[in-house]
Amino acid sequence: MRLPITAWVSISHRASGVFLFVATAVLLWALDASLRSPESFAALRECLDTLWMKLVIWAVLAGLIYHTAAGVRHLIMDCGIGESMPGGVLGARLVIAVSVLLTVLAGVWIW
Amino acid sequence: MVTSVTNLGRSGLFDWVVQRVSALVLLAYFAYIGCVLLGGVDYTGWRELYAQTWMRVFSLGALLSLVLHAWVGIWSVLTDYLTERMMGTTGTVLRLLAQLLCGIVIFVYTVWGIQILWGY
Ligand code: HEM
Repeated sequence: MRLPITAWVSISHRASGVFLFVATAVLLWALDASLRSPESFAALRECLDTLWMKLVIWAVLAGLIYHTAAGVRHLIMDCGIGESMPGGVLGARLVIAVSVLLTVLAGVWIW
Repeated sequence: MVTSVTNLGRSGLFDWVVQRVSALVLLAYFAYIGCVLLGGVDYTGWRELYAQTWMRVFSLGALLSLVLHAWVGIWSVLTDYLTERMMGTTGTVLRLLAQLLCGIVIFVYTVWGIQILWGY
């Protein structure tokens, strides 16, 4: 589909929001295991060390990073800043740049 | 004014404000947790952090924000796509079922979260 960049940023914000709603289960599971007991904390550490779990955590972080970046853009525009067409495009580009950068950094941190 | 029995506060403007305030609380919470994790944690330190009253209150605030934010957010998505205009009566039935399912998930998240914060 050929859509303006601003439309892509908006629809991905929506998709990432729905994804995060599901991913909350993973976050709660990890928080649960991390606080339950020293044994479950150690088991969680081990579990998160496998390739598949690393990929899952990275995906969740990527979703969170993107949704947050686009969310902050949303809030800034709610304040009436950058609501023009060039402003919207610039904001959308910034959201993508910041998200890609932070997602790569998150990957570096995980591995 | 548009009213509906399934939105959160009986008014779109109220839901809009809830969405913004909860977004800010979540932003603060995730930023804080991110900093803590980047600093590195072991079980004792992590456990001590979550034993503090302020941290439990902050976490509960984030949990409730997440739950409200998700309800308003998912509500917007469902009322955009599962509609009578798009698929007739089926749309309404599907939407109500989906909302029921989300409501159950949200309820489970809330109870589970409180159990984690005060149960251990
Ligand atoms: C895990 C936590 C989160 C979940 C499950 C979540 C979920 C959602 C969902 C489903 C939507 C609806 C999307 C739409 O209507 O297009 C939404 C919207 C929104 N989210 Fe989040 N979100 C989360 C965290 C955050 C954070 C940390 C921010 C920080 C800025 C944020 C900012 C926003 C904003 C501003 C909107 C409103 C967009 C609009 O009015 O169209 N969210 N969120």
